[in-house]
Parts: sequence; structure tokens; C-alpha cells
Amino acid sequence: MADTNSYSSDLKTTPLNELHEQLGAKMVPFAGYSMPVQYPKGVKTEHLHTRSSAGLFDVSHMGQVIVEGPNAASELEQLIPLDLEALAVGSQSYGLFTNDQGGIIDDLIIARWQQNTFFIVINAACKYKDIEHLRAHISESTITELTDRALLALQGPKAANVMQSICPQALQLKFMEFGEFTVQGESMFISRSGYTGEDGFEISVPAQLARSFAEHILSFDEVEPIGLGARDSLRLESGLCLYGQDMNDQTNVIEASLAWSIHKNRRANGSKAGNFLGADAIFAAQESGVSKKRVGLSVESKTPVRSGTLLVDANSQEIGEVTSGGFSPSLEKPIAMGYVSSDFAKVGTEIFALVRNKLIPVTIAKTPFVTQNYYRG
Amino acid sequence: MSEFRKELKYLPSHEWARVEEDGTVTIGITDHAQESLGDVVYVETPEVGADVNAGEEAGVVESVKAASDIFSPVSGVVIAVNEALGDAPETVNESPYDDGWFFKVKPTDLSELDDALDVDGYKAALEEDE
Repeated sequence: MADTNSYSSDLKTTPLNELHEQLGAKMVPFAGYSMPVQYPKGVKTEHLHTRSSAGLFDVSHMGQVIVEGPNAASELEQLIPLDLEALAVGSQSYGLFTNDQGGIIDDLIIARWQQNTFFIVINAACKYKDIEHLRAHISESTITELTDRALLALQGPKAANVMQSICPQALQLKFMEFGEFTVQGESMFISRSGYTGEDGFEISVPAQLARSFAEHILSFDEVEPIGLGARDSLRLESGLCLYGQDMNDQTNVIEASLAWSIHKNRRANGSKAGNFLGADAIFAAQESGVSKKRVGLSVESKTPVRSGTLLVDANSQEIGEVTSGGFSPSLEKPIAMGYVSSDFAKVGTEIFALVRNKLIPVTIAKTPFVTQNYYRG
Repeated sequence: MSEFRKELKYLPSHEWARVEEDGTVTIGITDHAQESLGDVVYVETPEVGADVNAGEEAGVVESVKAASDIFSPVSGVVIAVNEALGDAPETVNESPYDDGWFFKVKPTDLSELDDALDVDGYKAALEEDE
């Protein structure tokens, strides 16, 4: 065994940094920030607590951006294959920034806050490149990064019970709805969404209020603080991609099995087809097929199969690679996702992962691995 | 605060070795190791009858977070492995020095353990890591 902890002194911190340390978090560098990977109860307990009750996550490292202007929807549509003109005020959608090769610059959540105002949440590690990308392509609308707000996620089957006490008006939101609410006299952006597969809320709060607000949420018996470790195992169980690991700017949207994220009106046969970066490359990949696809992997052994592990066929020929993998606390077995040659991508296909020169049986599986429990009203 | 055992020998890589009355050596990972690993979900031990070499990898312990190699503090033949860890890998977290042992070796040269750390040496090594 060997320790792999390494610390860098120029890490950024979130407004909840002191609270994490008081709660006994183990802090690690992540995307340039010092972030809690786990609290004293540990990843497995935190994971199961989120599935059975409610967990509070600090996701303030993520970018929060406002794009505003009379033509914001159409300008953003050049960069994100969604129908933003048709997106209702108070609704949000998962989407991608595509590049002109059909690769993925980042994945994001975009909410229509007001008719001419969009609120976008982007990955921490992609913040600067995303904002540069927006500035390079958007000329009429204004682009503002909200650096003075924290972002908290309250996730789990009891999240709504807790929200009832904090901001009862937010319970009117259904999955993927968004609104601005006044809590304790302050403006909060609340959406009913998350990265765990559970019902829950993501709450953008002014930075100076973040700590007292987080402490208030943690004062409810249902809620425990949850670190990045459990955030990762929760999203993997739910079949959700992690940008930079499960896809990147070299991955065609079709290879990443994210064609569903292209709004039907923007697809090759849609009413507003194409006219976004990489549309030709994406439609061509869809038309002619791709050589590899992202799939879920059910591991038929107790051996965890981790990111970077090679996938092979029965003749030990390399056919792919694992991009995310670990132990699923809910299923009490290892699960993974990765890319396989399209010939092997059908659900139920039996292949192998090569772990320490041993062949571990793996079956191509449907995702999510556990049932999603979103509140759809 | 991690627990330490006076009677054990340690490697800086966080394995412990206990010389039993019959001259065999039992090997596991330290309390500090299980704490920093977090929830152990899988243990791969060497096979009974396999040769292990001092300072070389002899198994793997995997937590929810990562996989780590286990190094053997002595050379010899594996005479027993802790089969119970197959179904209950969390035993490593619950009882790292007792029920959570990994494997037992019939050593070829017990004096190899003279190079391992005693409890104070191991504590000092941990402080240097901090």
C-alpha cells in the first residue's frame, strides 16, 4: 500500500470550506478546488444515506453563468443542440456544448429564468474554456459569470420534506423545473434536479449566506453532508456521465450515446435541424454508424473494474476501455461504464475486463443501474 | 486516532506482520491504512501454496475509492488466506489487526523482518507523511 495524497497550496476554496473542515471532511484537490471527498461516516454510508433519506452536497466549484439578451435563445442554439426558443420560462434541460468536429466541449444544465435570460451550470474544470467559447460565438447577448454565489444540492427521497420547511413554494417545481425564490429575504435560484438519480433540488445562494444556509439544512435530522466520493458512486449507479472521464472534446456525441440530449427539433429530420457546431459530423456519425459506443457494464465478479481497465472479447482481443467504474453500494457489487467496439455494444453481450492480468466477466448492461426517482408531479 | 500494536512489525507501506508462536507470520494492513482507504469492498489475497517475496506485491485491497497493492513483509510460502474477507471485506475496516488479517506465510528467513519498522518507527514514518 502507498499513500497517494498530495496537496497543492494554490487551490481555490468554496464558501463552505470552513464548514467542511469543522464537519471533519477529508479535503482533496478537484478541478482546482479543495473539495470534501468524504466526511467521517465514509463514502458508502453517505451514498446509502442519500438513497434512503437526504444528502447535502457542496457543488459551488461548478460554474454559474447568465446569458441575457433578446436573441439569447437563438445565439445559444448555435452552441447547444436544444430548442431553447421553445424552452418554457421556468424549465431547464440537460445539454452539450458541441465543437465543430461533433465532440463535446462540456455538458451542462440550462434553465430559462426569464424570457430573455438563461442560467447555465457548467463543470468546474471547464469553466474558463466554456466562458471563452461563449464569448467567441455570442456577440449580442451579455455573458456574466456569477462568482458571488454558492451552489448546493439537496438530494434524496426526503429532500422534499426538508424543502417544505426551508422554502415551501419550491415544492411546486417538478423534475427539471427552475425558479427564483426568496428565502430569508434573499434571492435563491432553485431547480428540481441533481446528479444522483433521486428527487432533489439544486440551490444557488449568495456566497455570504451559503454557510448559514447549509448549516440550516444540515440541522434537519434527515440530512447528512455528502462528499465527492459518494457523488461519484451515486451518479455512476444512475448511469450519468462525468465530463472529462466518460466523454471529452474528442468524443463524438453519438459515440457517447448522448444523441438523446439533442432536442428532437434539432436532429437531422427535425423542424430546426442542424445549425449548431458539429451538426454535420454528428449527423454523419448517426447515418453511417460509429466504431465505438459508450455502454453500461455489469461486473459479474466481486473485483472492482476501474477507469482505464481494458475490455477484451473471449479471444482476449482488445475491444474497449472502462471510463468510470467502482463499487455500487446500493447493488453491493461493482458496476462500470466505458466504450466498446459497436459490435459488442448490445445489452446482454458478454465480454471481459482485464484486471491485473485476470479476465473478469462483464455484461453490457442497461443504465441506469438503479431506478431513478425523479418527481414528475 | 489510529490504533497501533506494540508486538507487530510494520512496513512504511502500511502492512503489519505478526510472528506467531509456531514461527509463521500473519500479514494484514494497519488501522491507519484502513482509515485512509475508507470502506474496503474487495480483497485479493495470494493463493495458498504461492511464493511471496519480501517487499513485493502479494495482493490487492480495494476500497470504494481506489485499489492499493499489498506488499509482503517477508519471503516464504503462503499457508493460509483469510477466506472470510471474500464475503465480508468490511472486516478489514472493523478489525484490521485481528479478524481482518490477509494471509499467513511460512517464512524462509525470519530475519528479513529485522528490516521492518517497530511500532515507534512506523509512527515516526506516519508523522513524516503528514
